[in-house]
Amino acid sequence: MDATEIGLWGVPLAILGGAIRVSTPFIFVSLGEAITERSGRINLGLEGTLVFGAMTAYAVAVMTNSPWLGLLAAAAAGLCFGLFHGWICKFPKVNDIAIGIALMLFGSGLAFFFGKPFIKPKAPNLPAIPFGAWSDIPQVQAALDVNVLFLIGAALSLVLWWAFRNTRAGLIVRVVGDSSDAARAMGLNPNTVRLLATGVGGALAGIGGAYLSLYYPGSWTERISSGQGLMAVALVIFARWNPLGCFAAALLFGGAGALGPALQSVGVTQGYYLFYAAPYILTLIIMIATSSPTRSLAGAPGELSITK
Amino acid sequence: MTDTVSSAEAPAMLGARGYPAALEWIARRAEAFVIPLAALVVGMVLFSLFIALVGKSPVQLYETMWRGGFGSWFSIQNSLSRGAPLLLAALCVALPARLGLVVIGGEGAIVLGGVAAAATGVALSGAPSSIVILAMGVAGMAAGGIWIGAVGALRHYRAVNETISSLLMAYIAIALMNQLVEGPLRDPASLNKPSTQPLADIYRIGNIPGMEVHWGLAVGVVACVLSWVLIEKTRWGFAARIAGGNVRAAQVQGLAVGPLIVGFTTLAGGFAGLAGMLEVAAVQGSANASLAAGYGYTGILVAFLARHNPLAIIPVAILLGGIDASGGLIQRRMDLPDATVLVLQGMLFIVILFSETLYGRFKAFNPDLWQRAS
Repeated sequence: MDATEIGLWGVPLAILGGAIRVSTPFIFVSLGEAITERSGRINLGLEGTLVFGAMTAYAVAVMTNSPWLGLLAAAAAGLCFGLFHGWICKFPKVNDIAIGIALMLFGSGLAFFFGKPFIKPKAPNLPAIPFGAWSDIPQVQAALDVNVLFLIGAALSLVLWWAFRNTRAGLIVRVVGDSSDAARAMGLNPNTVRLLATGVGGALAGIGGAYLSLYYPGSWTERISSGQGLMAVALVIFARWNPLGCFAAALLFGGAGALGPALQSVGVTQGYYLFYAAPYILTLIIMIATSSPTRSLAGAPGELSITK
Repeated sequence: MTDTVSSAEAPAMLGARGYPAALEWIARRAEAFVIPLAALVVGMVLFSLFIALVGKSPVQLYETMWRGGFGSWFSIQNSLSRGAPLLLAALCVALPARLGLVVIGGEGAIVLGGVAAAATGVALSGAPSSIVILAMGVAGMAAGGIWIGAVGALRHYRAVNETISSLLMAYIAIALMNQLVEGPLRDPASLNKPSTQPLADIYRIGNIPGMEVHWGLAVGVVACVLSWVLIEKTRWGFAARIAGGNVRAAQVQGLAVGPLIVGFTTLAGGFAGLAGMLEVAAVQGSANASLAAGYGYTGILVAFLARHNPLAIIPVAILLGGIDASGGLIQRRMDLPDATVLVLQGMLFIVILFSETLYGRFKAFNPDLWQRAS
C-alpha cells in the first residue's frame, strides 16, 4: 500500500491531491478577502475568523450530528466577525490593519475558550466525491477524492469573477474601493458597502474554517490553522484582486503545502521543516517579485491602505 | 514696587485664556493618560460581562487575577519575569511604528535570536563567561536585526507590505529553528524535546540581586529608555517621526528615508533577538521550540497599548506580564480555560484601538477651545 509501489509517480500525484485538499480553505478565505479588499478595506482578522469558524463548525457538527449545520454556523459566526470589523473601522482614525490583528487574537482566544470541550469528541465529516473510483490504485483514489466544498469554491470564484464585471453589486463594490468620493457622488454610502463586503468576506472565511475542522485535517485542535488566513491576504495581492487568480493561487499554495508530506511519503525526510515552510517562502518570493516601489499595483483598489 | 512685580508675574502664570498655565499644561498632557486608562477600564468591564455570561463571577476573576499577578512579592516577581521579554518584543513593534510601519513578526526575530545565541554559546564554550555572554547578545541581536531589517528593506526598496512579510518571515523563522534544532544543532541527549546543547552554567544569566527575576528585566528597561531617548531627543528620532507622519514630505526635506527605515527596523529586530538570547541564557538554557512562546504576539498588544511610546511600554509590559502570570491560577481556581487570558487581551486590544477615534474630540483636553475666563 505504500507509495513506492508506483514509485516516484507518487510524488506529483500526492502533490495534486494535496493541492486540492489543502487549497480549499485558501480559496474561501482569499475570495472573501478579495471582496473585502475590492471595497477598499483590508481585514487581517480573517485568521481569527478562520479559527473561530473551525471551532464553531466542529462544535455544532458534534452537537447536531450534521456537518452542514456546522458549516452554516461557521458562516454565521464569520459573518458576525466580519460585520464587527466593518462596523468598527468606519470610525475615524481606527486603523483597519491594527483592528485585524486585534481580531486575530480575539477570534483565536474565543475559539480556544469555547473549544476546549470539543477537542475529544468526533464530528461527522463533510462528504467527498470519489472521482478516482475508476482506478484501482489507492494513491489515485486518494488524490481524486474531492470534497464538495472544493467544487463550490471553484464555482464561486467563477461567479464572483463574472459578478465583479457584470452586475450592479459588483460595480458598486469596485467604485467604493476605488474612490470613496466618487461613490459618495453617486449617492452610495461607502461605509455601508464596506460593512457588507467585510461581512461577506468573514462568512466565507468561516466556511474555510469549517473545511479545516470538518474535512481536512478533520478535527478541532488549537493548532488547526497555520496562518492560512494571513497567507490568503498575501495571496489576494498576488492574484491582483481577481477571483479566478485567487483560485489559481490557492491551488499553487496548496501544492506547495503538500510538498513536504508528499516527499516524506516516498522516504525523503531531509529538510522536512523547510519543505513545511514552502508556502510561506513561496508567498514571500511572489510578493517581492510582484511589488514595485515605482508604480502602484495593477488592478489595486485605490482606497486600499496597503497599496497607498 | 512689590505690587508691580506681582502684577508682572501674574500674566506669566496664566495662559492666554486666563486659566492657570499649569492647568493648561496638565490638560494638554492628560489626554494621553486619560483615554488609554479609560479604554483599559472599559475593556475590563466588557470582559466582566463576558465572564458573567459564561456563568462565573467577574469579581472573583479580577480578585484571582490580582492575587496571581500582583498580590504577593512572589507573584510580583513572576509578573516581572514574564514582563521582561515583552519589553523587548514590544520595542520591535513600537520603533517601526514611529515610522508608520506595522511590523508584527517579532516572534521570528525572537526565535532566531535565541538559536543564534545558543549556537554561539556552544561554539565558544571554554572562553571567559563575560566574553561569551556578550558574544551571545551580539549574535542574538544580529540575527534578529537582519531578520526584521530585511522586512524594512523590502518595504522601502521593493514596496513589499511589511505587515504580511514580517508575519511570513516569522513562520519561516520558526521552521528554520525547527530544522536547525532537530538537525545540525541538535543535542543527541535531548530525546523528547529536541534542543541545542545546554549552555554551561557559567554562561547562564542569573537573577538581579535580591530578586527572583533575571537580568533581562533590567536590560529591557534600559532598552526602552534608550529607545525613548533615540526617538524624542536625537535627530534620527526626529527624522523618523517626520517620515512616519508623511514620507513624501520627509523625502522632499532631503531626509534619507531608506536608511532610516532599515536602521529602525534593524534595531527593532535586534531588540527582539536580544529577547530570544535572554530567553536562552536566563530561562531555557538551550534553544528549543519553547522559544516560540508567543511573546512576539503579546508584544504587539503591549506596543499598541503603550501607543508606541517606549517609556509607556515599561508599565504596560509589566501589567500584561501580570495578566499572563495569573492565567494558571485562574485556570486552577475558577475552572476556566487558559485561553481566558487571550480573550481578555483581545478585548483590551480592540477597545484600545477603538479609543484612537476619541483623541482630539474632547474640549477638556484642548485649552485652545476653552472659553475665556472672566
